[in-house]
Amino acid sequence: MSAMSVMSVVATLLQVVAVLVGAPLVVGGMRQVRARLEGRAGGGVGQPWRDLRKQLRKQQITPLGTTVVFALAPAVVAGTTLLIAAILPLISLGSPLDPAADLFGVVGLLFLGTVALTLAGLDTGTAFGGMGSSREITIAALVEPTILLAVFALSVPGQSANLAAIVAAAADNPGQLVSPGSLLAFVALAIVIIAETGRLPVDNPSTHLELTMIHEAMVLEYAGPRLALVEWASAMRLTVLLGLMANLFLPWGIAGADPSPLGILIGFVVISLKILVLAGALAAGEVFIAKLRYFRVPELLAGSFLLALLAVTASYFFATPTN
Amino acid sequence: MSWTSKIRRVGRMAEPATPTPTNPANTVEPPTGVTGSLQLRHVDCGSCNGCELEIAGAFSAVYDAEQFGVRVVASPRHADGLIATGVVTRNMHQPLLNTLNSIPQPRVVIAVGDCAVDGGAFAGGYAVVGSVADVIPVDVRVPGCPPSPAEIIAALRTVTGR
Repeated sequence: MSAMSVMSVVATLLQVVAVLVGAPLVVGGMRQVRARLEGRAGGGVGQPWRDLRKQLRKQQITPLGTTVVFALAPAVVAGTTLLIAAILPLISLGSPLDPAADLFGVVGLLFLGTVALTLAGLDTGTAFGGMGSSREITIAALVEPTILLAVFALSVPGQSANLAAIVAAAADNPGQLVSPGSLLAFVALAIVIIAETGRLPVDNPSTHLELTMIHEAMVLEYAGPRLALVEWASAMRLTVLLGLMANLFLPWGIAGADPSPLGILIGFVVISLKILVLAGALAAGEVFIAKLRYFRVPELLAGSFLLALLAVTASYFFATPTN
Repeated sequence: MSWTSKIRRVGRMAEPATPTPTNPANTVEPPTGVTGSLQLRHVDCGSCNGCELEIAGAFSAVYDAEQFGVRVVASPRHADGLIATGVVTRNMHQPLLNTLNSIPQPRVVIAVGDCAVDGGAFAGGYAVVGSVADVIPVDVRVPGCPPSPAEIIAALRTVTGR
């Protein structure tokens, strides 16, 4: 028993370290794909890491009038994201934190990070900070119920809200992945993950125009190490959400509840490939679309909520009997 | 023509990079010691917008300053450097100082264009405080009216070291 749990601890540690090290590379890769498609040379895959290393060596600035909310928000975002990285079934199913790998817990952690940053945006008292916070919370309020509903639809076949149980049930019974409920949930999840991570067409991650910003506007006052933490955390959020998406809909190659060293290695390689392919597809897709006008974004998110609702309904009506 | 075939036909637009500047006599130490990463905040102190056009050209697909690790950012807090264009007018004097003071240390100041370097055609005007160097310490000067994107990139590369 102890040997088994040691291996699952190793798998979880590897997962956290891989997300920590790999997330900036995922973002760099996405920028590189975009640059090449636009005919540019691009800064290279390592550019986000160079930027992070540089920001960590810079002066820490605490603007006058800001409180502990501003100072702690980056740590809260990074901490919740790391916790999510530790409990998601990315490399293996049997995380030591498995009892906490509940769908509602994960969505709550995501939202905690979002709220911490919006409060920090308000705390600076600047016009753009407050505007960004208002926009971010509007989008978050529409995104969180959709994530809940979509994964809830996926949890019906496995009859559990535990993410490892959902993934295991899908791997045992792959036919249900092409059921109407699962497909609707896939589209709904794809839209909300794009919105939650601030990608096109909801938010433009490379914009310089304060008036069009959503996520960036909240963090305009951060400098130096805190800025590095915020950017690192947002890269990690993107990576873990892509990983969650990949394992919910392609539940193969994941090491079991008591993994062997080889299983962990295979799980690591497979999840890395899945995330790279998804990230590449997302970056390539972004070249073809423009940012939506902000007041059209709720329409898109309401649409994805409807899809998620249909997914829940469909997964009850067309449920394939398991067991 | 569809976008995908356009992407295939255009291919790579960026011109091949020239060798990295290594001569220590005319390079500047990167502000934090990390090469290949420089975020800039641009301040137009009273320019005719000629230099702005050339800076926009330097970040276009053809010159692609981003391949050397340079990026223009939306907030001085995110920046390592100030890129100033134009002669410093009385109205822009205080905003220029505010922006510089908002940039976390260590930082560089890059003056682009004849007006920013020595006042150019506007030197001594009644609405003018002086060149950028008269107001704040300048590390890199890019003369020209306006300097070409290639000259701007050459100057930026002396700072990024890439």
